[in-house]
Amino acid sequence: MSQSAVSDKVDESKRRFLLAASSTVGGIATVAVAWPFVASLMPSQRAKAAGAPVEVDISKVEPGSLLTVEWRGKPVWVVNRTKEMLDQLAKDTALLADPNSDSSAQPEYAKNPTRADPAHSNFLVVVGVCTHLGCSPTYRKEVGAADLGADWPGGFFCPCHGSKFDLAARVFKGVPAPINMEVPSYTYLSDTRLLIGEDRKGS
Amino acid sequence: MSTLTRLVDWVDDRFPLTRLWKEQWGDYIAPKNFNFWYYFGSLATLVLVIQIVSGIFLTMNYKPDAKLAFGSVEYIMRDVPWGWLIRYIHSTGASMFFVVVYLHMFRGLMYGSYRKPRELLWIFGMIIYLCLMAEAFLGYLLPWGQMSFWGAQVIVNLFSAVPFIGPDLSLWIRGDYVVSDATLNRFFAFHVIALPLVLLGLVAAHLMALHEVGSNNPDGIEIKKNKDPKTGLPLDGIPSHPYYTIKDLLGVSVFLIVFSAIIFFAPEMGGYFLEHNNFVPADPLKTPEHIAPVWYFTPYYAMLRAVPPLFGSQFPGVVVMGVAVLIFFLLPWLDKGKVKSIRYRGGIYKGWLAAFVISFVILGYLGVLPPTFGRTLLARVLTIIYFAFFILMPWYTKIDKTKPEPERVTR
Repeated sequence: MSQSAVSDKVDESKRRFLLAASSTVGGIATVAVAWPFVASLMPSQRAKAAGAPVEVDISKVEPGSLLTVEWRGKPVWVVNRTKEMLDQLAKDTALLADPNSDSSAQPEYAKNPTRADPAHSNFLVVVGVCTHLGCSPTYRKEVGAADLGADWPGGFFCPCHGSKFDLAARVFKGVPAPINMEVPSYTYLSDTRLLIGEDRKGS
Repeated sequence: MSTLTRLVDWVDDRFPLTRLWKEQWGDYIAPKNFNFWYYFGSLATLVLVIQIVSGIFLTMNYKPDAKLAFGSVEYIMRDVPWGWLIRYIHSTGASMFFVVVYLHMFRGLMYGSYRKPRELLWIFGMIIYLCLMAEAFLGYLLPWGQMSFWGAQVIVNLFSAVPFIGPDLSLWIRGDYVVSDATLNRFFAFHVIALPLVLLGLVAAHLMALHEVGSNNPDGIEIKKNKDPKTGLPLDGIPSHPYYTIKDLLGVSVFLIVFSAIIFFAPEMGGYFLEHNNFVPADPLKTPEHIAPVWYFTPYYAMLRAVPPLFGSQFPGVVVMGVAVLIFFLLPWLDKGKVKSIRYRGGIYKGWLAAFVISFVILGYLGVLPPTFGRTLLARVLTIIYFAFFILMPWYTKIDKTKPEPERVTR
């Protein structure tokens, strides 16, 4: 039996079809394989689970002082504001960019001038992270501090880019931070026990 | 025939060894009028090698774990034999990389090295610069000090300013809701393997493009225009080897003296190469009183701070910062000058280049200082000058009174 020679003829349309078909299938496969790699960079189940609420004893927070609590890896401040500090909040609204917290993040019960649960309006509970680029501002309660100007009403100052917030963590006008600092969900378990990270039941 | 020659012949029959050497360096004809500014390309290659070698040895003791990272760096500094030297070589190398690359880029600006036909060479170089910035930023997180942590926090949050996808984008980069162990681990992976691979590929492309189009020179004229009719080689060219091998070795020697002096006498460079706050372990609950990036990022950082938020978003500042880097890519097409080299340019271009360099340096200085009202104002003016250098270039390079270029290269 004689061996038949391979034909020299080229079937161009068959080539084009095979090229298009294999490129399409290969392209889809590449995207499908890339997806798990891209998605693997998102937070892991463990990181997601780490957001559990934390319970804090606030009986030791003296008027005027600040307690820092870690929640989801971020600093949460509990500030026990004095009567003078609360009175100041009504006076400094002209300096603020969003005095009514309309474009800021807080639970409904904290959307008021003190940005706190009305039942304990002296306690400010806020995520201590600047809304500009995520630095943690410093607590500057002294009114008219030399480096912050005579009209400084007391509040928080971000050392990174100079953003200023009042004692309800509301942002000043003309600073890099665009909105007020975030108030997390929280519940008073009793007058001295605060649960950060969970809304009160039934509301 | 000696054994060595026979061995090389044996290899050449199977792999283009001799041909590669001749094409890429040995017989590469370079202009004979290279000056001081032409040291920095080879020095950048040297620093790349230094960083790779010192980096490999650092990974042998470093632990990319949020609980162990800071301690492992201190362990390298105190307990590993010669660990302090290797670490200081790597940290000093990072800063020296930028010194050398900035001078290398300035050379390009002076002599018009980005102009046709070297556009692609310039673009490869710019991608290397971007890659280097990413490499430096990722590496800076690894010691897990206060500046590492808060620097990464600020830069990653820049991405959350991107409209619509921003918050998810920064979450994806961090792999957690805050800069954490997940972030450290992935930054380590990118810093020690992903980006170095890309960098090496880009450097190869940069060199191949250079050796294809041929080097520019301080006169900004093409040496290929005047060839020896007999040999066909440019009259104003000399083979890189041995001429520029010897010249570059001198540059390497002087550079290594300076490099060693820094490592042994001022490895922290007064807080500019290694910031003081980075000797404090990362604390997610407390931002240092004053944070600033390392010196090589400060011009862009000053621009970021100079732009006020618009429409309740800090995105415009982020855009300005990004565009300030990316605008370099457009240089080959923005420059409409009749001549390439500053030697034959008129006063207008010289004035603009000087204004640009001064703006860049002062912005860099402002970037390390805490912001005040006056400084922010100054940064705004300088940012405008910085951008005007690029944006107005098509016009001022056209009307500039240039001098005629010489036929042959000069001293």
